[in-house]
Amino acid sequence: MTAKIAYDEVEVGTELPAQSFPVTRATLVRYAGASGDFNPIHWNEKFAREVGLPDVIAHGMFTMAEAIRVVTDWAGDPAAVVEYGVRFTKPVIVPNDETGARVEVSAKVAAKLDDHQVRVDLTATSDGQKVLGMSRAVVKLA
Amino acid sequence: MALDQSFVGRTYPPTTPYEVGREKIREFAEAVGDANPAYVDQEAAKALGHPDVIAPPTFVFAITFKAAGQVVEDPQLGLDYSRVVHGDQKFAYTRPVRAGDRLSVTSTIEAIKSLAGNDILDIRGEVHDESGEHVVTAWTKLVSRAPEEA
Repeated sequence: MTAKIAYDEVEVGTELPAQSFPVTRATLVRYAGASGDFNPIHWNEKFAREVGLPDVIAHGMFTMAEAIRVVTDWAGDPAAVVEYGVRFTKPVIVPNDETGARVEVSAKVAAKLDDHQVRVDLTATSDGQKVLGMSRAVVKLA
Repeated sequence: MALDQSFVGRTYPPTTPYEVGREKIREFAEAVGDANPAYVDQEAAKALGHPDVIAPPTFVFAITFKAAGQVVEDPQLGLDYSRVVHGDQKFAYTRPVRAGDRLSVTSTIEAIKSLAGNDILDIRGEVHDESGEHVVTAWTKLVSRAPEEA
């Protein structure tokens, strides 16, 4: 477990490099296969509308997987993430076109904890809406 | 209809071990567009101190959620799964999941609440490897939305 960032080099408020992730229908089909979550609300527009959604939506777990990349890319070793939790506040709506949707993720160090650990708070939005709430990771730094 | 509170604290038998494969990790990492070499390159993973390639942090959900099916589909509990949405998700790792792991999940109902007609179910999944060591705990909050007024 060797994070590339040193605990002593970060302070509360340190911002991690923000990232923007594309999501298309093809992305969702691929994620469905890889994760085993074949709920049709993630690929079948007719079904999604029948259950009251505006369109096909991304898997919450896909959004959660994208968001943590801001932390794992920063830390270097994905195993540096010792805790990670989110609340799914709004769905990421994915239109059926070439561009699909985007998930914008930013993060900053919110607290320095014991044992070389820091708490990182994440913000994830899509189309101007906050899609994850209470999104936090505890990361063990070098 | 509110769920039966007497199910709080109920623990289900451990699942049959799931064997984590290198190619499954690769497939998952590609599906989330994550090019971190620790997921696909054994040497890169070893350079970070891991015995084999590791899985991305949310990979284990596929295993814990399948295990939670024991709870969700328990006919005695009577959850209306067609109305369920995923509310919260949290993981706490003792170590990362890695290729070659044989993982077993023990699911427990931590809480049942009823709020404005919605049933809220908190399930904890404890994930252990074949030697019995703890790997990760996953907390999943499921919300079964109240039926619309007819």
